[in-house]
Amino acid sequence: MTGVLHHPGYADEKLQRVEQLIPCRELQAGMLVSLMGQPQHYSYPSIFIYGHRASGKSHVLHILMKELEVTALVMEKAELLRDADANLLPALLRLQELVDDNITVILLSEIVWEKFRPNTGCFEPLLLHFPDYSKGELQQILSTDSHPSYSAELYSSYINILLGVFYSVCRDLRELRHLAALNFNKFCEPLTEGKVKETETHKLWRNIEPHLKKAMQTVYIREVSSLQWEQMQQTEDEGGALRGLSAHTHVELPYYSKFLLIAAYLASYNPARTDKRFFVKHHGKIRKTNFLKKNEKTSNHLLGPKPFALDRLLAIFYSVVDSRVAPTASIFSQISSLVTLQLLTQISHTDQLDAPKYKCSISLDFISAVSRTVNFDIVKYLYDFL
Amino acid sequence: MSTSSVSKGCFVFKPSSKKRKTRSLEHYFTRDCEGRESSERRFKLCEDLWNKIKAETEVLQEELNKKILDSLLDFAKKCSTTRQHCDWASKMRANEIPTAALVLGVNVPDHDMTFQSLFDLLKHSVTPHVVSVQAKECGVLKHLLKRVLEGLMDVAVDDDDEEEMEQNPRSVHCSLSTLSDWYTAKTKKSSSATPGKKRNVQDEDEHHHHHQTPPVVIIFKDLEGFNPRVLQDFISICSRYIDRLPLMFIFGIATSPSTVQHMLPHSVSSLLCIELFQSLSCTQHLATVIDKLILTAQFPFKLNGKVMQVLISIFLYHDFSVRNFIKGLQLALLEHFHSQPLSILCCKKKEALLNVTLLSGRDLETVRQLPSFIRFVEKQEAGEQVKLMTDDDHLKEACQKLIKDLRKYHKSYYPVLRCLHTLTSLLPRYPLGKQIRELHLICLEKNVWENEDYQSAMKLLKMLAKDELITSLRKCSEILSSAKSKKMKKAFTELDELLAKFKHLDAVPETVQEEPESVTSPIRNLQQQKKTDLFQLQKTLLEMNESRRSKKKSPFELLRNEVVEFIDGLVTCHLPPPESQTLYEVCYYSSSATVRRHLNATPRTSIQTALSSPCFYLQNESLKNEDGTVSNSAPDICIAYKLHLECGRLINLYDWLEAYATVVSAAEGQDPDCDTFGKVDDVKHARFIRSVSELEFLGFIKSTRQKTDHVARLTWGGC
Repeated sequence: MTGVLHHPGYADEKLQRVEQLIPCRELQAGMLVSLMGQPQHYSYPSIFIYGHRASGKSHVLHILMKELEVTALVMEKAELLRDADANLLPALLRLQELVDDNITVILLSEIVWEKFRPNTGCFEPLLLHFPDYSKGELQQILSTDSHPSYSAELYSSYINILLGVFYSVCRDLRELRHLAALNFNKFCEPLTEGKVKETETHKLWRNIEPHLKKAMQTVYIREVSSLQWEQMQQTEDEGGALRGLSAHTHVELPYYSKFLLIAAYLASYNPARTDKRFFVKHHGKIRKTNFLKKNEKTSNHLLGPKPFALDRLLAIFYSVVDSRVAPTASIFSQISSLVTLQLLTQISHTDQLDAPKYKCSISLDFISAVSRTVNFDIVKYLYDFL
Repeated sequence: MSTSSVSKGCFVFKPSSKKRKTRSLEHYFTRDCEGRESSERRFKLCEDLWNKIKAETEVLQEELNKKILDSLLDFAKKCSTTRQHCDWASKMRANEIPTAALVLGVNVPDHDMTFQSLFDLLKHSVTPHVVSVQAKECGVLKHLLKRVLEGLMDVAVDDDDEEEMEQNPRSVHCSLSTLSDWYTAKTKKSSSATPGKKRNVQDEDEHHHHHQTPPVVIIFKDLEGFNPRVLQDFISICSRYIDRLPLMFIFGIATSPSTVQHMLPHSVSSLLCIELFQSLSCTQHLATVIDKLILTAQFPFKLNGKVMQVLISIFLYHDFSVRNFIKGLQLALLEHFHSQPLSILCCKKKEALLNVTLLSGRDLETVRQLPSFIRFVEKQEAGEQVKLMTDDDHLKEACQKLIKDLRKYHKSYYPVLRCLHTLTSLLPRYPLGKQIRELHLICLEKNVWENEDYQSAMKLLKMLAKDELITSLRKCSEILSSAKSKKMKKAFTELDELLAKFKHLDAVPETVQEEPESVTSPIRNLQQQKKTDLFQLQKTLLEMNESRRSKKKSPFELLRNEVVEFIDGLVTCHLPPPESQTLYEVCYYSSSATVRRHLNATPRTSIQTALSSPCFYLQNESLKNEDGTVSNSAPDICIAYKLHLECGRLINLYDWLEAYATVVSAAEGQDPDCDTFGKVDDVKHARFIRSVSELEFLGFIKSTRQKTDHVARLTWGGC
């Protein structure tokens, strides 16, 4: 039986070898080969290939260039060309014409061509789409990585189980391959211990399934690294002593930095008009409805942080901090420390010494945790929660 | 100096370098310090002491960092070896870049030392290819690449887009493929250049194996500072070379590890294999430093309570920087030796005793005026008093004895302090502080046993359960056993006897075994439910007092009381505040205001002082007015400042100018009845404009559009 690929310019054996190397992408490869034509033919000046991550774009081109000695200029991550000089992309698309030689430019991207087209217009490349692999195709491709000391069937059934768990959340071939490699040892554990035979797939499934589910919650989202995951599996500690990256959100800060951060948060999320209500002792009874403006009906937390001036930050700071604080140099240097830690963002240009403006870039959860450590009830001071 | 130029102009004459002498530290120290004659010796003492303290801190830092650095090194080694394994699993995930996320705490300047030692260690034991980059040098991807290449390859890197003809022939193209080619060439060369010569085969093999492909380590010192976009691009480029170039990253993180997830999307973070390394928190770090540098009799120099409080509050409230804390200690040390002539006695025992004999007449007079010495003299008999005040030799002898006493005091102070802390730190709600430094501060302040919290702590101790009491007493006995003074040795044997009695109690079968349990249970309850309010605590205490009075005490209770009395005795005997010790001024530095002024500058207050009382900085007596107001002859800006204080929120410039002219005219000694008095002339006008713009620059006023010819005040309050 002969393969899908046929071309008068290339020997059939060669094409067959190529076909084996690029499972499930024969159609696209065939298309490309016919576009390129025979080596001496002039080919189409530019081709734009798009498809999701790990859909075989680079791989197919790599194989074609290596095995069939096709020559082309391939630009991976072509979306970055949009940030380059405006005339670069149009020039590349017509490179054949400009250099007067048989050269094809192939652009690879995860984004569709419509998002590339410059305002001034340009030469339209040929568009070629690499669709996502189907479940069956993924199964076929992943099964080729089989472990040398186990049978190919076993590995294939392992991949089947793996896809059963992960296919609903992840179709990225690279990720799946990574996960397959990480969990295979665990899968084989009953085999090496001699408890189960290779054919007893159901028992193997029962053994591995909870592990894969756990992997989905941790290693897949990079909460723990693959190395740590492997160690965890070896030590078998089910207590989950290892905490993921996002579990460590606590930041230790000096006392006044905490209050500066609180003041910054209040300044960013409260309208300036309401400061009097919160920070002046005898402000009188001002109810929320009385000074509610039309546009303030929406929550400030939904709108995001607003910029504030240094003066306002300091005024609020001196009012919330529970002791008398001298305006020392270190108070000011703490503000800039908070900026370098990216807890605050400086809005105005750093050259502007006069009345710099900041924004507070932390979440409500974070500031609540910080204010708890200094016994400050932040919710009481937030206009949104009045 | 002259020039032959015809035209008018400004010429810069640089001072010839010969004339400038680099003055030694010693010169600055001795220039205007108290007690000139002994200043050189004091400088020497100060320098020696500081060198000792510095050496000690370095050892300490090294120890503290050792654990985390060791685990990092292990990680690096492990990464480079697993890469060379050829088994199926490691081949399958070889495309990940091993990354260490090193969490170091918010004080970024303190990290420099850690990174430096990490850098050295890596170079020394893992790989020659280490480079560290920081965010401010790497605003765009190209600069980051350039830094990395330059750091690793040690060549000039060409990052210019334009292809110029006269390029530096030695410079290389700025891309990772250059680096990867360089790496391949380098490893090939080194592996072919070291064929086995004399080593045995196995050793050679191992050596070879490890060094064949040493990893390339890139340290990102401050991850938060990097532009996320730059970092993402850099990582995705690097991952393309990972099969040729064994890269490894170290991220220095100041805030929290979740920053990594905030900065990098999944598509990028999936290229990394991140392992977390958490360093010691800075408060723990400080506790260790205080433990080793402050709470020890090893160094004769001491800080008094207030200075200590200043240093600790700068740390806790402002910067979390251990380095600054040590700098503060250094400042206090320098100031002490500089300002206190008697600091010549602040040294090792032998030297101090010798230095006493060398004291000059003036020094002895200073001794006689020390408050602590006056108190001491008052306690002596009349004859002795006269002798001390008149006979220099007798005074020297007395001083020698007093210095010895002071040393003895320190030798027993610290062990007893530690014992007391061991006991009180297990009490609920920490009546005497959780950290030993808090207890130390209390003890420095006044007699600790007169403190209410101390008394309640003692009451609580008398209710402690047996096992807890005994374990902490054992710890105390360990502390006392390592102390060297005679008194402490005696205390140690006494405590041991008491412990033996407890043991004896265990051995004898008791009839009323149940009773102590019932007594101790309420206090246990207290400890279990952590949030007991004070009221409840007092109630329980009262109840227990009642019940105790009514009941007959068990042998255990009696013994427990005996132990607590014993500890109480130790405390009253050995923990009086240093101020009560004669000649404490020799060792204790007490000027907290100086330390505060130097370490925690208040620019605004300084400006206001300069403006309202210029004589403070100018040190010109003629500027001083009796009533403390600004004299007419003060600098222009001071007069303008003073006048602007009398105005409201908006200042009329013309009124201000007229008032200014009047004041200045008076200062010039013009006759008030003269026609020109208070008239504005060009010079006065110009001087006024200059002071107004200076005030604007300092932020006291700003121009406003609310009213013409007016400026707005930016500060509140009047004269």
